[in-house]
Amino acid sequence: MTDRAALAWNVAAGVVDPEIADLTIADLGILRGTDERDGTVVVTVTPTFSGCPAMTEMRRDLMRRLSGAGLGPVEIRTALSPPWTSDWITAEGRAKLAAAGISPPGPAPDPAPESVPVALVATPRRVACPRCGSGDTAELSHFGATACRSLYRCRACREPFEHMREI
Amino acid sequence: MTGHDVTVYESLANSGDDRRWAFGTGFEDPLAGVDMSVPSGVDGADLAAYATMLGDDALIASQRVAEWITRLPELEVETAIANVALDLLGQARMLFARACGADGSGRGEDDLAYLRDAHDWHNVCFVEGPDADFAGLVMRLALFATWRLAVFSRLRDSTDPILAAIAAKAAKELTYHRDFAAQWVVSLGDGTEHSHQRVQAALDALWPLVEELFLSSPVERRLQAVAVDPVMAREEFEDVVGRILEAATLRCPGPPGGGQHDGGQHGGGQGGRDGKHSEHLAALLDEMQSVARAHPGATW
Repeated sequence: MTDRAALAWNVAAGVVDPEIADLTIADLGILRGTDERDGTVVVTVTPTFSGCPAMTEMRRDLMRRLSGAGLGPVEIRTALSPPWTSDWITAEGRAKLAAAGISPPGPAPDPAPESVPVALVATPRRVACPRCGSGDTAELSHFGATACRSLYRCRACREPFEHMREI
Repeated sequence: MTGHDVTVYESLANSGDDRRWAFGTGFEDPLAGVDMSVPSGVDGADLAAYATMLGDDALIASQRVAEWITRLPELEVETAIANVALDLLGQARMLFARACGADGSGRGEDDLAYLRDAHDWHNVCFVEGPDADFAGLVMRLALFATWRLAVFSRLRDSTDPILAAIAAKAAKELTYHRDFAAQWVVSLGDGTEHSHQRVQAALDALWPLVEELFLSSPVERRLQAVAVDPVMAREEFEDVVGRILEAATLRCPGPPGGGQHDGGQHGGGQGGRDGKHSEHLAALLDEMQSVARAHPGATW
């Protein structure tokens, strides 16, 4: 990586998720890479959920930071393939999620099969409570306040919590 | 700590930029930064027409699903339905952006969403009617998501890399839309006598519209390796729906369409894909497009 590309990475990695303070686009695996091509710094990102409004804000903030960093010509490229997966959230990202009271996602389901069998009953998932660590938890709703989160409650400490979905 | 102690919203608010509002106009192109070139040998106008029809299905379905927000039985169902509508809206936006990038017309996604009359929409009629009740909502969603997932999981192999990527992302979303709706269909069908009756009535009402889902349009046939011929999705649809209805103790009204469709029209003029819609679409568009049409080009 060139010096400019490395600097661009550091600048880009400062963009945070508007919903979860401290969680950066590098932690989330949205920032895929920075490169220098023919004098232009190319920053590559991969969007998360199709309709996620936070993505637009993060992209705007990314452009603002990069253009204000004195890097010279910068281009932001969007790579759609391979699609974003929660498996790309880094260990640091997972630790930040847990610290924010959101249990981090487990391994994402295999996206490869030609057809996924329909789940006619909700599949219980083993999720540990981010507050007390107990595994005695239950899903209240697969869909939470944002596209990426489910609602859970802990039967041990009786607290509700959010879980970032595996996708 | 530099940068980590301010949120995106704070940095936008402090920028002195009028476009700091998260939900104003001036939405960014959802495919900004993506290489939009059309694969060689593919007709750009056909590709645009195909992306538009898939986007039309998603946007009209999204609008109908979103009509239920604030009228649902539980808060958890509210968040689920709002999420489903948002995912479908996101799919529509990406597909419209792909269409605009393929035909060189210079149109934007807003032109496609807000400035077309009913006869210029190419969604399947299946998505455009209102739902009579909650049973109607979950039944329509179960059938729609099952069909769309069967199409989109095959579209992941499209020779257009952008459509393939949109499909890969959408397939993940459609999988949990389908499961959510199917679980409600099972709960209602295998629930009380009353809930069984309501969800069976919903199925009976929707069933005549199913046949149209598997008619291939001329554009889909011309685009061979780019598009998915919906005929290819039929076996998976019938298999999955059969399993859902069995678990829900519901009676399938017959093979899709039950022979009610006019088989003589397969060559064209087949309904929604051809711009022929029920009266429900115009009413939906009236509401959805009213602000954009009353204030052309307005920004805030």
